[in-house]
Amino acid sequence: MKDARLIQKLEPRGLRLAPSQVWGRLRLVPVLRDVVRDDLRLSRRGYGDAVSVVTLEGELKGRGLRYVTYIPHGLVVDWSPRQADATYGTRLHVQDGKKVKAGPLAVRLLHRMVRREDKHQLRMLPLHLAMEGFLALHFGGPELAWAEYSREALSRGLSPRSEQAYPGWSEPLLDGALRTFELHERQVGLLLFNADELLSAFVVPHPEDYRALHRTLLEDFYGELLLQFGFLSEAPALGLTLDDARVRSLEDLGTEVSRMRADWADFHAFMAGGLFGVDVTSREVYEAGPFLLQRFHTRLVPSEENHLGEAIVGPEGTLEYLKTLRLSAAQTRRAYLLQQLAEADWALDEAAEVMRTTRADLLVRLENAGFGYLVKPHVLEEARRAVGKSR
Amino acid sequence: MSSPREVRIEQVAREDLVMFVNACFSCTGQREFYGDARGQTVSIEFLHQYILGNYRRLYRRTLAAGINHFNQAQIVLNLLAAGSPSDAAERGEEGALIAAALRGLPTQRAFRVLESLRARRINNRRARAVARDYVAGRGNLPFDAVKYRSKLRATVAHGHLKLPGELGAFLFHGWKKRGFTEPLLESFRKAHFSQEALYALPFTVAEGLAARHGVARDVFLRRIEPRLTQAERLRLQESAAREGGVEPPVDLERAPLTKLALYVLSLDLETRRARRVELHTALERSAARVLARAPSSLGRVAVVLDNSYSASGSLQKRRRPLAVALAAHYLLEGAAREFRAFWTSPVEAPLLATARGQSDLATPLLEALSWGAELVVIVSDGYDNDPPGAVAELTRVFRAKLDPGRRTALVHVNPVFDAEEYAPRSFGLAVPTVGVRDAEDLPTVLGFARFAEGTASLGELEQYLAARVTPWLERDARLRTRGESQAPTSPAEEVES
Repeated sequence: MKDARLIQKLEPRGLRLAPSQVWGRLRLVPVLRDVVRDDLRLSRRGYGDAVSVVTLEGELKGRGLRYVTYIPHGLVVDWSPRQADATYGTRLHVQDGKKVKAGPLAVRLLHRMVRREDKHQLRMLPLHLAMEGFLALHFGGPELAWAEYSREALSRGLSPRSEQAYPGWSEPLLDGALRTFELHERQVGLLLFNADELLSAFVVPHPEDYRALHRTLLEDFYGELLLQFGFLSEAPALGLTLDDARVRSLEDLGTEVSRMRADWADFHAFMAGGLFGVDVTSREVYEAGPFLLQRFHTRLVPSEENHLGEAIVGPEGTLEYLKTLRLSAAQTRRAYLLQQLAEADWALDEAAEVMRTTRADLLVRLENAGFGYLVKPHVLEEARRAVGKSR
Repeated sequence: MSSPREVRIEQVAREDLVMFVNACFSCTGQREFYGDARGQTVSIEFLHQYILGNYRRLYRRTLAAGINHFNQAQIVLNLLAAGSPSDAAERGEEGALIAAALRGLPTQRAFRVLESLRARRINNRRARAVARDYVAGRGNLPFDAVKYRSKLRATVAHGHLKLPGELGAFLFHGWKKRGFTEPLLESFRKAHFSQEALYALPFTVAEGLAARHGVARDVFLRRIEPRLTQAERLRLQESAAREGGVEPPVDLERAPLTKLALYVLSLDLETRRARRVELHTALERSAARVLARAPSSLGRVAVVLDNSYSASGSLQKRRRPLAVALAAHYLLEGAAREFRAFWTSPVEAPLLATARGQSDLATPLLEALSWGAELVVIVSDGYDNDPPGAVAELTRVFRAKLDPGRRTALVHVNPVFDAEEYAPRSFGLAVPTVGVRDAEDLPTVLGFARFAEGTASLGELEQYLAARVTPWLERDARLRTRGESQAPTSPAEEVES
């Protein structure tokens, strides 16, 4: 039986949105939580090494699958049943992984994306967890040894597979936006829009955690969208007005202002419609007491906006933690192609038929997406010629 | 009957001037929470040049409008750079205004103006005469020669001035060359060689020399204490307690209101709570002193005070918007018959306010209106984001539907200058916005609000400015005659800003 806490459709249960604050073309929408639970807390653990290597299988220094990237910080999840405040911040400096010198750089070796450190404590690498899940999609490569696939693809799968993301500080505006953002008293999260396109969502269980983690958003990584629309200097002001006709007394005026506030929230919810309320595919990562850590991605259809992310869902189905990344069009296309191939058991002809295209066209698309190394060179050459001729 | 063209010209002139005076109330060219220092400087410099070029008479009269020191200094400099007007009466007025403005400025700012004459290569006859008169009018030149040594030297060299007594030798032939009969100059010389002589010098000069002698900070602070000015005492409270263990005693009730508010807000919450009564009385007394100088009596007043996170100001203007709000609270409480304050995020006591949270100005404004205030003063930086633009809409509908007769007066007082709009940011057309730097200027600023609203004509504005010139000059003359009879002798009497 499927766990009820596993997300089918992302719904912001227990959360509400407040009016946005704009800085340049970035729009920041505060996410508020009315009922805060005390038994789940998040805190930051800084790493500050040039490169981190996460061992996904096997021993820390042994052979096996690795995830190599820059990781500025990890998150420590604490779900002690007692008042979590007492332990909050006290175990921030335990040894985590191993530091190795590699020439001028410091490399940190970390054991697993998610690691239990204590009875009620978990260390995780935010968003890298989701990204790793995305990279590992159909990572094994062709399961049947079709003649078209190269020897590499058959023996090693998609390895090495890489995707690109951009750290928050590569967009100078984000620094100003986070600095001047005025945190709400009950704020637990933030929706980040660039040029009014949803870029990322971040939600934590407790307002104090959010206050502490607010500036780490600058260190996190984002999709390509962060750097797009550079010529747009300002996100347009959304001028909502009060209705004169409905005001007869000061109370009416008060009602109208609350209506205005509600309109803002509705409108932001509509703007974030590409993430909230759409069907997602999620997979369990870790069961932490009553909480379920999972990662998910949206449908990966190239014509829609696509997000991937990770979430912690509480026992009543409340969204306690959420962090998402907006995929770029190219990233979506790659995932889509792999998905189609995998569904057709990696048979090129069948996949092409499902996608309503020709086999040669599919091969060219594969190569353009960066998966040319999966297929034998002469097969590709043939496909390229065929496509060239048909044009 | 004037033609529409003339009406339009008059309207533009009025708007320009209101914008300029407003900017001069608030802008200091320093970094703000939302704007950087560069933008602020460029913006205010442009405004000065624009007004000087187009409305010179009003430009100089703005000096008397109660604007802040930074802009007074800018106006003096720009006027001196522009050369004197050909008309004799105008020349006379301008000269008197410049001289009075310089004398009215805090000493270090006035000397900074004279020093900038050199940097900007302004050396006309009038500039030299202004420098000469200012230096001649100083009560205690040897003290200035020690405390503002490089500035005085620059002024004298640039304006070819003659200094009396040993001062010329002190500034230009090197203090090392000889002994001096003037005790302060002699102590300055001695202080380079002996630690004992340090303590006869002004604090700012002694501080550097003490570091050179390697005097321990706590010993130095304890012994220099009698030489500290009020402002220095206030400024040193925290760092002295941190480094020396003993903070210099300060008479809080003598401190200017906004300075005092800044000091109170710099304390942590526990200290504020522990010293609550003391700080509260000090603020009240300070406000009462302001009101004694500029009496104003108001009826039923509500203030809407912004203590959102943006009230924390910038590195250069730490917590200034919040301090202005706090000071305005005490000032208006003293002036009003009935008074109530509404904070954006409610505080236990005004003393315990911190800059935190979002700017929800609509809720406190609604409360203030339903309390039935005659005058609502909003102290805010003009950014409301929960929901955005709510105050503008709320006041518009309030004026249109509920209060077309203007029974309730609304004023927005803004301590922050918005570089992009060349004015303090406003809440739409229904509320007049005026700039302010120190809450002490609130009575002046509130008087100016009717021009910001756009109901008064250009003629009235000109009259307003002209009417302020004569009393201002008279006050300066009074101060001068008093100053001549009792020249300041001890540094503790120096007023700093």
